[in-house]
Order: sequence, then C-alpha cells, then structure tokens
Amino acid sequence: MSNRSLDLKSQEEMLKKERKANNAWNKLKRNKTAMIGLVIVVIMTLMALFSPLIAPSDPNELSLSEVHLKPGEKGHIFGTDEYGRDLFSRIIYGSRISIIVAVGGTIVGGIIGILLGLIAGFKGGIVDSIIMRLMDGMFAFPFVLLSIVLMTVLGSGTKNLILAIGIANVPSYARIVRGQVHVVKNEEYCNAVRALGASDNRLLFSHILPNIISPIIVYATLNVAGAIISEASLSFLGLGIKPPTASWGNILRAGKDCLNTAPHVATISGLFILITVLGFNLLGDGIRDVLDPKMKR
Amino acid sequence: MSDSIISVKDLKTYFYLSTGIVKAVDGVSFTLSKGETMGIVGESGSGKSVTASSIMRLIQKPIGKIVNGEIIFEGKDILKMKNKELLDLRGKDISMIFQDPMTSLDPVYKIGQQIIEVIKVHQNVSKEKAKKIAIEALEMVGIPEAESRMNAYPHEFSGGMRQRVMIAMAIVCNPKLIIADEPTTALDVTVQAQVLDLLKDLQKKMGTSILIITHNLGVIWDMCDTVMVMYAGKTVEYAKTATLYEQPLHPYTWGLLDSMPKLSQDTEKPLKAIKGTPPDLKLTGNACNFHNRCPYAQEICKNKAPELIEIEEGHFAACHFQTKDKKLKRKEEV
Repeated sequence: MSNRSLDLKSQEEMLKKERKANNAWNKLKRNKTAMIGLVIVVIMTLMALFSPLIAPSDPNELSLSEVHLKPGEKGHIFGTDEYGRDLFSRIIYGSRISIIVAVGGTIVGGIIGILLGLIAGFKGGIVDSIIMRLMDGMFAFPFVLLSIVLMTVLGSGTKNLILAIGIANVPSYARIVRGQVHVVKNEEYCNAVRALGASDNRLLFSHILPNIISPIIVYATLNVAGAIISEASLSFLGLGIKPPTASWGNILRAGKDCLNTAPHVATISGLFILITVLGFNLLGDGIRDVLDPKMKR
Repeated sequence: MSDSIISVKDLKTYFYLSTGIVKAVDGVSFTLSKGETMGIVGESGSGKSVTASSIMRLIQKPIGKIVNGEIIFEGKDILKMKNKELLDLRGKDISMIFQDPMTSLDPVYKIGQQIIEVIKVHQNVSKEKAKKIAIEALEMVGIPEAESRMNAYPHEFSGGMRQRVMIAMAIVCNPKLIIADEPTTALDVTVQAQVLDLLKDLQKKMGTSILIITHNLGVIWDMCDTVMVMYAGKTVEYAKTATLYEQPLHPYTWGLLDSMPKLSQDTEKPLKAIKGTPPDLKLTGNACNFHNRCPYAQEICKNKAPELIEIEEGHFAACHFQTKDKKLKRKEEV
C-alpha cells in the first residue's frame, strides 16, 4: 500500500517536472534567437517607458549654432540634426511614439479583427459572407494606400495614426481568426460543451477563443514589427506624426534631405527601426516555435 | 411498466445538401421508460447518431433540419423549446457521452475546471461546493487520487480515463437521461467492459435512464432492456432485448445476428456478412430500404415501403412478410 502511494507520488512529481519543462516560457528560454528578440524588445520598451530619465536633454531644444554635428561631437552621442537638436534624445523619445503607435495599432486592429473573425466563423452563412467580403474589399487596397486614405480622412495625430494602422490591420486578423474558428468549431469537444448546456457565447469566448489564441499571439507579435514600419512609412510620407514631435519615421524623413552632408541622421534612425523590427520578428518566430509544435524544424 | 421518460414520435431529420435531401432519420418512434436502458443498433450511416443529436437539438444548422415529429421529455416537447430552456435541459436533465474520448475534452482546460464549469452553469453553488461535487463525481467513476487529478490536463489521461471523465461530466448534475453515443467504440476491449460496468453501476445508484447507441450487439445484450434496430434512417425492428435475441423477425436483424462471430464457429470459413451496401439516403422513400440486399425480397419490396407494425405485444417489425397472420420463415443457411 505504502509502495503504491509512493509510486503515485513520484509519478506526480515526474508529471510536474514534465509540465515545467514543457511550459511555454521554459521552452522559449531554450530558444536562443527568440531570446535575442526578447532582449531587443525589452530594451526598446524600457527605453520608451523611461525616455525622460534616459534622454540627456530635451528632444525639442534648438541650438542653431550646433547644426549637423557628427556623432560624438561636443558630447552629443549621436550628433545633432538640422536644427541642432540632440539626436540621441530624439531617438529615445521617438521610440516612445513608434512603439506606442505600433503596439496600439496592433491592439486596436487585433480586437476588432478578432471579434469580426469570431462572429464570421461561428455564425457562417450570410453574416460570414458580408463580413468577409467587406474584409476582401479592404484587402484589395495596398496596406500603405489604405493607411494613407485613412490618415487623410481622420487627420494626423497619434490617436488617429493608431486608429489608421489598426483599421488597416483588421482584415488579416479577421481572416486568420475565421479560418481557425472553422477548424475548431467542428471539433468534438465543442459539440460536447454544447451538449453539456453551454450557451453560444460561452462556447465562443471560453472554449473556441482560448483554443485559437496561439496563432493570434504569433501573428500579433509579428504584426507589431509591421506596424513599426507602417508608422515609419506614414511619418516618412508626412502623414503620420507631425514635427516637431520626434518619431523614428520623422527623423528618417528629416535625414533624407541631408544624406550628403549628415548621413548619420538617416542611418541611425533607420538602424533603430531595423533592430526593433528584427527584435519583434525574432520573438514572434520564437513564440510560434514554442506554441506550435508542428512548425518545429 | 413504469412511466416513460422520453417518447419520440415520427421523428424526421433531413439534411439539405446541394446534391439532394438526405433523409438521415425518416420516421423513427420509440419510448424509453424511467430507469430502463434502450439500445439503438445499426450499421454506420443508419441514423443512430443523428437520432441522438436530434434529441439534444444539436443538429448542424442550417444544413440539417428536424422536419417532423415530437420528442416528449417529461411532458414537454423538446422540439418546441426555446433556446434558454434548451440550455437548461442539456447537461442537466439530459446529458450525452460522445464516441471519441480523445477529442471530447477541451484541451486547454484542466479536468477539474471543465467539470466545475458544468456544475456552475446548471447549479447555483459556491466554488468550494462545486469543487467538492466535482471530486465526488470523479471518485464515483473510479478515478484514483481524484483530488490531485483535478489539476491534470486531458492530454495527461489515457483514453479510458478520459471516457471516465466524460461520464463524470455527464452525471454531475444527476441527469434523468444519459445518451451514450457509441461510448465504447474508441476503447480497447478490457476498458470497454469497465466503462459498461461503470454505466450499469451508476444507473443502479441513480436510477437514470440510458439510451445507448452502438453497432456492437454484444453491448446490447449486456446492457439493454429494449432494443431498436435501425437501417437507412428507419426503424426495422423494435422489441424487448430478450425477445429480439430469441425471436428476431426482420431479415435485416437476421443478417446482423448472423454476421456476429461466434466462439463455436468453424475458423476455416470466412465470417458472414450482409451482401451489398446501404442505399443512398437521398433516394430512399418509396421502397423497402433493404430490398436490394434482402435474400427474401420480392416484387412488392421494390414498390412499397413497409410500415412498422406490432406483430406480437411489444414487438414491432417493418417487413411486408411479417404480419400477425403470415410469418416469414428464416432460412437456416443462405
């Protein structure tokens, strides 16, 4: 008898160990590229959160005698821009805008898209057709063009930029979610849950949604990277964040005009965009490897 | 005979496909008494599972539709119930056990959470109370270390254990009727016996009625008081289990019985089978569905569908040649 209970105990412990090893976080920790991505993302996020503490000077402080200083000159780590503003401070404050817009846009697009996808996939029939044809219509526009139209309609500003990037992202979420709902809703456990008396809402939000959440998380992480680029491109085109507020896209746009005389402005802001996008992409790939065992190489 | 718990009358469930109307269940009637067990037997595609889903109103809309009939459960017609009444009925008064335990549990929740969810939907109890009820249910279905197993995920259980969990979820609200849709098909033989014994035990303890759907006649002999044989969406024979075992009347039932392997059988000879395949359910209606496979078929079988008639008391069959006055003789060897 004691032997048996001992057996059960050790079994329990083994199960716990296995659960711990298979825990998503522990799996992610073993994935080196994902960890590099995570470190980049964390650094950028901290930079955005604590910009005032890190930045050596006011990002908007003009100093017309120190225009286009090279990196390192007169104590400016990244040099200065065309108005003599400290580039390092501007990059740090810019990270704030870029990351808020990217994450905000992803969240807005995600929430709307997920809801539409859930409804379309679950209801089927006419509702499905109407929603998905609408999404197809939005898909027909190139992403940047759609954002430009939205920005022109909404007007510039951080909130509107978030909204525009969000709305432009809705169709991809809706499509992914709808496809996943179609797969999951025909699983036997959905039938079983209904047979046990669960309402449609409960089935949809507490059983179907949790079962399809991993592809959504993966897509959302990769989507943040895309949204950073969208913000940069819109600001580059003069439709996003208006100067003098610093954003990476803005700085890049200003740097474009002085590529010959002060190449460091465009180079440094471009590099930050590149590294952050790379970070989110690596992290997203890593999360996919962890959550979807079939994708493992 | 005690009073009935559920009575199904002339149930018709059709599926509307682009290629035609599939008459999956085409006029099925039966009555199940309190505390009794009834079996529905038939080959794949004979409408057994659709009958069960129809009782639960779980037919896939908009393709499938219950076009006719009534299902009286405790004096109320399930087919006329509003959505809210239905949600109350499912899981509380009638619950269902599914065929494949490997896929019938939600993989993202712990076992305990899933059982507690069922309790909380139907009973107004505190979380602690719900947890207690859940543990009791797991102990009742014979899961050792029930309390710690509450925290396990479905993938950490074997098939038999998962089917026990499914049964625990089905009985947790003391339902009056349990529908078991091929509860043992996906399990291996030893576990099958355990699960059937478990169901019998629970029935004794709780006085629940059980509707078992199976294609295994062994399960029927073991478990059921009455049995209904279905073929191509129709009832072909309906009787007490003992009567059907000793005195089957319909040629299809004979075929089914003959195709069961027997211990005394000559192992050199191939197993017997009913020749041919079931008809396309889009084309049934104007003939006896079994006529093209029936060794006794005559001209009338191709032109007229036989009605289900009571041949002896409580023994129904649907065959042109089985009536009160004339009886078909079963050929010994076909």
